[in-house]
Amino acid sequence: MTRATKIITQDDVKYIASLSRVHLQKEETQHLTKDLEGILHYVHKLERLDVREIDPTSHVLPLKNVYRCDEVRSSLKQAEVMQLAIQQQNGFLKVPKVI
Amino acid sequence: MMPAMEQRYETVIGLEVHLQFSTQTKIFCGCANVFGQQANSQTCPVCLGLPGALPVLNQKALEYAIKVALALDCRINTLVKFDRKNYYYPDLPKGYQISQYDKPIAQDGHLLVADENGTTKRIGIKRAHLEEDAGKLIHDDQTNSSFVDYNRTGTPLMEIVSEPDLRSAKEAYDYLQALKLTLQYLHVSDCDMEKGSLRCDANVSLRIKGTSSFGTKVEIKNMNSFKAVRAALEFEERRQQEILVSGARVVQETRLWNDAKALTLPMRSKEEAHDYRYFPEPDLVPFVLEESMIASIRCSVPELPRAKYERLRQTYGLSEYDTNIIAADQDIADFFEACAKLYGDTKKIANWLSGPLLQEMNARKVGLKDMRVTPQDFIVLLQKMAENVLSNLAAKETLKYMLDTGKGAVLVIEERGLAQLSDSAALIKIVEDVICQNESVVQSIRAGKESAVGFLVGQAMRQSQGKANPKMIGAIIRNKLLGSSITEAY
Amino acid sequence: MKLNEATAHEILELIRQEKATPQQAFDAVLDQVQAKDDHIRAYVRLFLNENRWDPATARVPIPIGIKDNICIKGEPTTCCSRILGGFKPPYDATVIEKLKKTGAMLVGSTNMDEFAFGSSTENSCYGPTRNPWDPGRVPGGSSGGSAAAVASDQAIWALGSDTGGSIRQPAAFCGVVGLKPTYGRVSRYGLVAFASSLDQIGPIAKDVQDAAMLLGIIAGYDERDSTSADVLVPDYTKALIKDVKGLKIGIPKEYFVAGIDPDVKEAIMAAIEVLRGKGAIFEDVSLPHTEYAIATYYIVATAEASSNLARYDGVQYGLRRQPPQVRKTPLIDMYEETRDLGFGNEAKRRIMLGTYSLSSGYYDDYYLKGLKVRTLIKQDFDRVFEKFDAIITPTAPTTAFKMGEKIADPLSMYLSDVYTISANLSGIPAISIPCGFSKEHLPIGLQILAKPFGEQMLFRIAYTYEQSTPWHKKRPPL
Repeated sequence: MTRATKIITQDDVKYIASLSRVHLQKEETQHLTKDLEGILHYVHKLERLDVREIDPTSHVLPLKNVYRCDEVRSSLKQAEVMQLAIQQQNGFLKVPKVI
Repeated sequence: MMPAMEQRYETVIGLEVHLQFSTQTKIFCGCANVFGQQANSQTCPVCLGLPGALPVLNQKALEYAIKVALALDCRINTLVKFDRKNYYYPDLPKGYQISQYDKPIAQDGHLLVADENGTTKRIGIKRAHLEEDAGKLIHDDQTNSSFVDYNRTGTPLMEIVSEPDLRSAKEAYDYLQALKLTLQYLHVSDCDMEKGSLRCDANVSLRIKGTSSFGTKVEIKNMNSFKAVRAALEFEERRQQEILVSGARVVQETRLWNDAKALTLPMRSKEEAHDYRYFPEPDLVPFVLEESMIASIRCSVPELPRAKYERLRQTYGLSEYDTNIIAADQDIADFFEACAKLYGDTKKIANWLSGPLLQEMNARKVGLKDMRVTPQDFIVLLQKMAENVLSNLAAKETLKYMLDTGKGAVLVIEERGLAQLSDSAALIKIVEDVICQNESVVQSIRAGKESAVGFLVGQAMRQSQGKANPKMIGAIIRNKLLGSSITEAY
Repeated sequence: MKLNEATAHEILELIRQEKATPQQAFDAVLDQVQAKDDHIRAYVRLFLNENRWDPATARVPIPIGIKDNICIKGEPTTCCSRILGGFKPPYDATVIEKLKKTGAMLVGSTNMDEFAFGSSTENSCYGPTRNPWDPGRVPGGSSGGSAAAVASDQAIWALGSDTGGSIRQPAAFCGVVGLKPTYGRVSRYGLVAFASSLDQIGPIAKDVQDAAMLLGIIAGYDERDSTSADVLVPDYTKALIKDVKGLKIGIPKEYFVAGIDPDVKEAIMAAIEVLRGKGAIFEDVSLPHTEYAIATYYIVATAEASSNLARYDGVQYGLRRQPPQVRKTPLIDMYEETRDLGFGNEAKRRIMLGTYSLSSGYYDDYYLKGLKVRTLIKQDFDRVFEKFDAIITPTAPTTAFKMGEKIADPLSMYLSDVYTISANLSGIPAISIPCGFSKEHLPIGLQILAKPFGEQMLFRIAYTYEQSTPWHKKRPPL
């Protein structure tokens, strides 16, 4: 976190928005840049800590080896899945063409 | 193009193989792992990625992955964890794929691959990891839509990444064949490229021979058969060579193999730079592989094709051709060895396995397990041939009936009257008939064209419906037409 | 007393004595909802009749409100987000299965900050919930609807979810009891994920005994949640002992620094005196990494959230929008338009922040660093719990703030979670119980923390305190 001057730019925000698949209006980009800058500035207090020798904690409980047996359980019916669907045709979900 | 120019370049290929495991259920949920069902009928909240649903690992999938890792001589990371690979695609219902990033289950393995001259090469396996498969998309130009089927979503998948050790399309093809055979021996997948249970992408680049740095690589996708892999790589090799020879640069891109047009084309996509934002999957806890677990899986790894090949060659002195065929199928190899215990003429066994029996299997489109013949029956058949009870032709006939009925060789020979005719009176009668019917041939033999005897033998065999002893027939014909003694022929 | 004003254990006793019926209890609650909820707006919808309750299984027929991020088969579950509009899960969350089995009466879905992103319940697509003690103030959040429903007698029990304080802070603001169980104590299967490594479902109730009863119903190992712990569920009501003699309780000095409301501080100090009077031994302790908790939390929680919320993309269920003109490709336009219109401002902010801290080049400096500081914060607690039975702190630095006061300044909103976040980062259980009122007559919450699976210790201390004080009997002036 040693990047000088601006913590986050509008271009960064546009890139992050496209990675997150969120369309942003122009003023939204400005607001978010300001908000994120404030938050990241606050977050930078972590710089004060030296954590090179510290292990990361992804799970707070020391659980391990949680498996399931290879036994078939019942699936949803096609009709139930189609009921959830925004758009469907003949048992398939329909979306705008991918390619 | 000048041949001298072509020879300046060396091809560098690495393959990424995706293998679907044939577990009963999917990797993170209890939905049946089956192919060819009605669309979206094998799904549940977990594999649909519905809000609130959580994954739980299928133990069998982990065991299969360890088995593959052991078979490929990989180093196994005993701390197994999963990571999320984040990207958007309609076949990926959660918006991320549960995969493995910095700690793949297996690393630094290898596979020995032999070419047809018997020269083996060691191909490195960089890494292999466990992940979930995505759904299936069908594109429709007419409605400008894509259709999504999530049945395949969550099928256990192992990605096996080779080192860039392959130097030609042919070598890549041989590696893929060898890899498939090894995987088949493990019984963890049906390894069917047509069904997509074995899939292959390639990274191809060219460099000037003798250099060690890599050229710009192109990723090739959409190769849906072994033949396609070879053709696509050969095409790509040529394409890049032409670019380099012309002085231009190869563009780093992903290209799709078009089978119908027999060429690779750039993937049409405005995809941004990949930034998968991998991070440890918080919904799955780590897996610590105990030595005892690995040891018990190691016990389940059978003798692998390469080792079996070497052993069969050495122990039984078989030809390379026969050994290749026998070692290419575990069941055939087991069958062969069961026969070899009962009967000393192992070459004969090998010939008849790789010949007539394999032909019957292919004609019937079944594996050896579904053939109605035991090693014992098969040996009786070979013995009857050795005892001259059966001619070659009659033996094939006998085998066919054995397979049709499931009856033993002795019974079939008796029921069908396939025993060889060695009664000289009956044989002389047949020869006399044949001589009468083929006057012009007879004359040419008498005039010195001895090679035509074979034709008459054939006619006589046909008249006896394959039962006649062909050597005796030949001797009788020679005796009749050329005056040689019958016993001489024996 | 009207039945809806009773506690769960009182209702069960009345039913046992045949002085009331389950139907009467349910009707009383529904009447109160009809009468008051237009004003409070604790609920976003009431359940269909067939999902409410099954008289056949009604061993514990207590009317309960369910936060709108817990899946109920056939009922809309939207996390108070437009993006999940129309989504009806085809399955029950494990906690709902458990409740249905005991015959609990499901009243309706309670309001929340969108996807639990917030501390005020103002970030809801259905509009805010009012604090029953002062309609101009927020009920806290994100489980503000659940806390307000219990506080206003529109539910006897409620389920909330707590990722950084979302049960405890609204419980404190509304003057009720709220518990965040140990991570892994309650199955998350069917809880719409915000931050998977921090989320826990927990009870909101009118008193400690009710909270203990409800935890007993929902807790336990679940084979569908790999992170749920296979630890025996004790009878929590057996922990309701009025005795804290000899218990060692730590007071972390880092929790009583600038920013704490004097009324809050005074109430906590008075509560400590009550417990000291009952024989508890108090000592100052240090949790040195406390000041890093919020920064750590907002890295870890938003990173997980950005991934957990990727599935809301318009492909399968919920909302789908297409812009009138093609901008990129029809598919990418559909994703971006759906997510632009489907998510509120705070959701977008958190998705962006989380995406940023995971993105290439920033992972080590943000996400990985966050996970490492998380280790330090957890170790702070481990060290204290080697010598202490519990820790006592305020639940929140202030009482309920005014509507609109913090909504424009995300950071100030984040800072209001300063006392609750560490329990989530370290996975330990924590309870908030009423401990008095401010000069403006707003409830104040006392937080008690214990080591993992130390819920019985929480109940014991909380019960001892509660039974010595009048606070849990106070009702808001509706």
